[in-house]
This record gives sequence, structure tokens and C-alpha cells, in this order.
Amino acid sequence: MSEAQLRQRAGIRISVRSMLDRTAPAVGIATAVVLFEVVPRSGLVDARFLPPASAMLRSLAGQVADGSIWSPIGQTLQGWALGLGLAMAIALPCGILIGSLYLLFMATRSIVEFLRPVPSVALIPLAVLLFGAGLESKIFLATFAATWPILLQTVYGVRDVDPVAMETARSFGVSAPRRLLRVTLPSALPYIATGVRISSAVALILAVTAELVLGNPGLGQQINIARQSGAVELMYGLIIATGLIGWGLNILMTMLERRLLHWHPSQRTGTR
Amino acid sequence: MLRVEHLRKVYGEGTRRPFEAVADLSVTVAEHEFVSIVGPSGAGKTTLLKCVAGLLPQTSGAVYLDDEEVIGPPEKMALVFQDYSRSLYPWMTVQDNIAFPLRRRKLGKAATRELIQDTLRSVGLGEAGAKYPWQLSGGMQQRVAIARALAYQPEILLMDEPFASVDAQTRADLEDLVLDLRDRYGITILFVTHDIDEAVYLSDRVVVLTPAPTRVAEIVDVPLARPRDQVETKEQPEFAHLRAYVWRSIKRPEHAATASV
Ligand SMILES: Nc1ncnc2c1ncn2[C@@H]1O[C@H](COP(=O)(O)OP(=O)(O)OP(=O)(O)O)[C@@H](O)[C@H]1O
Ligand SMILES: [Mg+2]
Repeated sequence: MSEAQLRQRAGIRISVRSMLDRTAPAVGIATAVVLFEVVPRSGLVDARFLPPASAMLRSLAGQVADGSIWSPIGQTLQGWALGLGLAMAIALPCGILIGSLYLLFMATRSIVEFLRPVPSVALIPLAVLLFGAGLESKIFLATFAATWPILLQTVYGVRDVDPVAMETARSFGVSAPRRLLRVTLPSALPYIATGVRISSAVALILAVTAELVLGNPGLGQQINIARQSGAVELMYGLIIATGLIGWGLNILMTMLERRLLHWHPSQRTGTR
Repeated sequence: MLRVEHLRKVYGEGTRRPFEAVADLSVTVAEHEFVSIVGPSGAGKTTLLKCVAGLLPQTSGAVYLDDEEVIGPPEKMALVFQDYSRSLYPWMTVQDNIAFPLRRRKLGKAATRELIQDTLRSVGLGEAGAKYPWQLSGGMQQRVAIARALAYQPEILLMDEPFASVDAQTRADLEDLVLDLRDRYGITILFVTHDIDEAVYLSDRVVVLTPAPTRVAEIVDVPLARPRDQVETKEQPEFAHLRAYVWRSIKRPEHAATASV
């Protein structure tokens, strides 16, 4: 085969590849939807517990159309945003401090390793005791859970700053605050971004959990109400809505990450 | 003038396995002088430079820059690291990398920009300012690191095997560039390399080190005429002689045991 032919073939292979890349997720979703449509209709499972996909989506669409879904979504997102924001406000400064001071790192390590695996859900009684069953409890739980990933990622990101990068700045007499701002933080940013992305998902989970368990207004509460009133299709529709929100938030985080880390090997465009 | 007096560096002191990298090292570098340090890998060359740069506390001995003891990074000194790819910041453009240490100079925006552009041009990278270091080749990155040190306008420049990872042609170009810049800016240079040809070609004096624990094996004067030329200087019998002399000095094993200062 001539070189031109080879190159053309490679070109075709790449375009086929990218087409597959793009269509594969859609095919996956379509398959799942069809499966969830066919299985209940065929009577394999009881349609009372698992209604067909079309029914779930119809009830979700109904909620969107009459606007009744927006206020619970807003309440859930409020819990998410406040939880994640507070977690960042706590975890970033603490993480930078712990990561910068070796003694503090050693001193706090076991405390963190002990507190981190405590499931936030186990703190629900404590939250109720401290804050009652209102919004504060939801935010407390979301914050508690979302703090750890950011804290740990920040600590390890700060500790992992390349000594050569640091010594370069020191050798030029760059002041400590500027080294923190221009060297330590950018270099730890990939870690921090990962932490924030994980924490974003965690904060959403805890916000919905608090609504389910404590009856805070929000999607979780609506899901519970739908279940109690036997509106199974609506319940599924709302569950799908929480999934879509989680998915959307993840896309948002990934986009933000791409923005901030355009210089990082994992995000550089045109290197592949 | 730079004076290193009886410098000794033991890594991991007080631990179960201390390692004596530098045993006893004394050397002086006069103003505007070009001094090279050669020695086998692991001889403590980087260690020496870090102590001189005030980045690493020595175990004993002292470093003086213009009769002032060095205890932290001196303002009039710049260091080009062996590992340039790690010493440039990938989140800053080339210009920002060069501007980063200039804050102390308080030059004002326009003057800073001009200085950066001038220095970039002098290393042949006038067009690369807006790029990121990782968009450049290894040799170009090395030149950015050199440009950053030059823009800082140091009185003394320490360079740690700055050309170790570039091809022969780029290397020759960079060598001549450094000699040229030294003449132009009147900088004192302390230059670490393990390439003997390079050391002889560039230097006024070559300091040969023993393997660790390091001492000075020998200091060789290089009376070759300046300006030097890659072809003409290197074809002189004097050059060949000096080169062979330094070579033998490194290979002589008895230096490991005995000191000659
Ligand atoms: N942080 C450290 N802790 C312990 N030992 C070290 C440390 N840094 C360097 N050493 C040891 O000190 C010795 C000298 O190291 P140094 O980096 O100064 O050598 P070098 O002459 O620069 O070598 P090269 O030519 O390979 O760059 C080596 O044996 C090395 O293993
Ligand atoms: Mg070295």
C-alpha cells in the first residue's frame, strides 16, 4: 500500500473511532431506557414497583412542565452550594496550613484518619441535637462530608510541590506569601480540583439524604412524599432528576477544572 | 567576590545513616571570573551550589559573598538549576516565568516588559514570550531558564549542568551565548558540569573535585585567549593539553584520599 493510502486509512480509522466515541454513550443510554421499558411491560417485574421508563420520564416531564420541580431543585442545590462552599472555606486554609507545616501534618494525621471514615449519616442524630431538623442540619451534614476530600487533597497537593520549583522561587528571593500564591497553590491545584469534584458529589448526596431522613424541603423530601402517596412513577422521576443534577454538576466541575488547569498535562489540548 | 571556606555537608546528620557528601571544600571566585566545577556524578556539585546559594544549610564552614556571610539566598545571585524542566512553572507563560522573580526590582510595568523582551531576544527566543514552557523544546526551555536568571540581573550566576540535556549543536550555541552574555553584563559565573571540554572551553579556572566525600582535587588555570571560538580555541594544542590534564586529574584515584588545596 502506498504511504498516501496508509495515511488515508489511518484517517478513516480515526474518524470512525471518534464517531464511535461520540455515539457509544448515546447507545448505552438508549439500551438502558429500552430495557427499563421492556422489562416492566413484559411482566418480568411488578410494574407497581418498577414502572416502565416512559412512565417515569412522563411524570418527570409533567413536573417540569407545571414548574413544581424547580423549587425542590433550588432547595437541594442551596444545600449543596452552602455545604460545598463552607467545606471549601474550612478545608482549603486548613489543608494549606497542615500541608505546609510538617509537624502539624504529623500531629493531625491520626485525627483526620479517624474522623474521615465516620459516615456523615451517622451524625444525623448529632445534627438534629445541635441544629434541629432545619436547613442548618442539612448544611452541617453536607459540610462535614464534603470537607474531607478537599482537606486531604489540599494537604497532599501542598506537600507534593516539586522541591525544585520551590527552591527556584526561594533562590530568587521571592517572599513566602508570593511563593504560596504563585507556586504552591497552582501546583496543588490539580489535587484540589479533584477534591472539590469529589466533594461536590458528596455534598449533593448528603443534602438529599438530609431531606429524605429529616424531611427538609428539597428533592429528597419530594421523593419521600411521592413514595408515601403511592406515586411510584413520580418517585422514580424525581430520583432520575437527582441523578441528572449530579451529572450536570459533575460536568460543571469538569469544565471548571479544564479552565483552571489548561496548563496541566492532563488538560493540555493538542498534545495527543 | 565569592569565598567558600572549609565547606562540609553531611546529609541526614543525627540519623542512623548520615552521608558525608562534601568533606572539606575551599574555593574562591573573583569578580568577573568564570570558574567551572567538574567532578564525577554524585561528587556533591549540586550540593555545593545549593550551599553557596543559601538554599541548603551547610554542616560546617562558611560561604561569603563580598565579605558577607551567606545565610539565605543572596539578592545579587541567581541560580540556573540542573533540572530546568522542573524549575520553570508550567502554569506561567514564558514572560511570566521571567517576570516572577522581578517583583523585587521594582522596575515598573513598561520597563519590566522591555527587560523581558530584551533578555528573550538575547537568548534567541524573541517570539516565545506568550508561550508556555511545555510548548517549547528542551533546548528552548533551557534558554528560558537562562533568560530568567539574566533578567534578574545578578552579579553572580550559578549554573548547574545547564546544558546536560541538549544536543551538541544547541550546546555549543548556548556555551557561546553564556560567554557573550557574561562579557556584555559583566557577571561572575560559577559553572558546574561534568563535561571536561566544556569546562576548559568556558573557564578561567577549572576546579576538579574528588568523588564524595568531596574535596578539591586540583585547580587548573586556563590561560586560553578570549574571546573563545568553538573551532579555533578547540584546535589549539594548549586546549588539548589542558583537556587531557583535567581528564587525568579526575581519573587519579589517590585524590579520593588526599586533599590538595
Ligand atoms: N537530600 C539528600 N539526602 C541525602 N543524600 C543526598 C541528598 N542530596 C544528595 N545526596 C547525596 O549526596 C551526594 C552528592 O549529590 P549531588 O547531587 O550534590 O551530586 P552531583 O555532583 O550534583 O551529581 P550529578 O553530577 O549526578 O548531578 C550523592 O551521593 C547523593 O546521593
Ligand atoms: Mg548535580
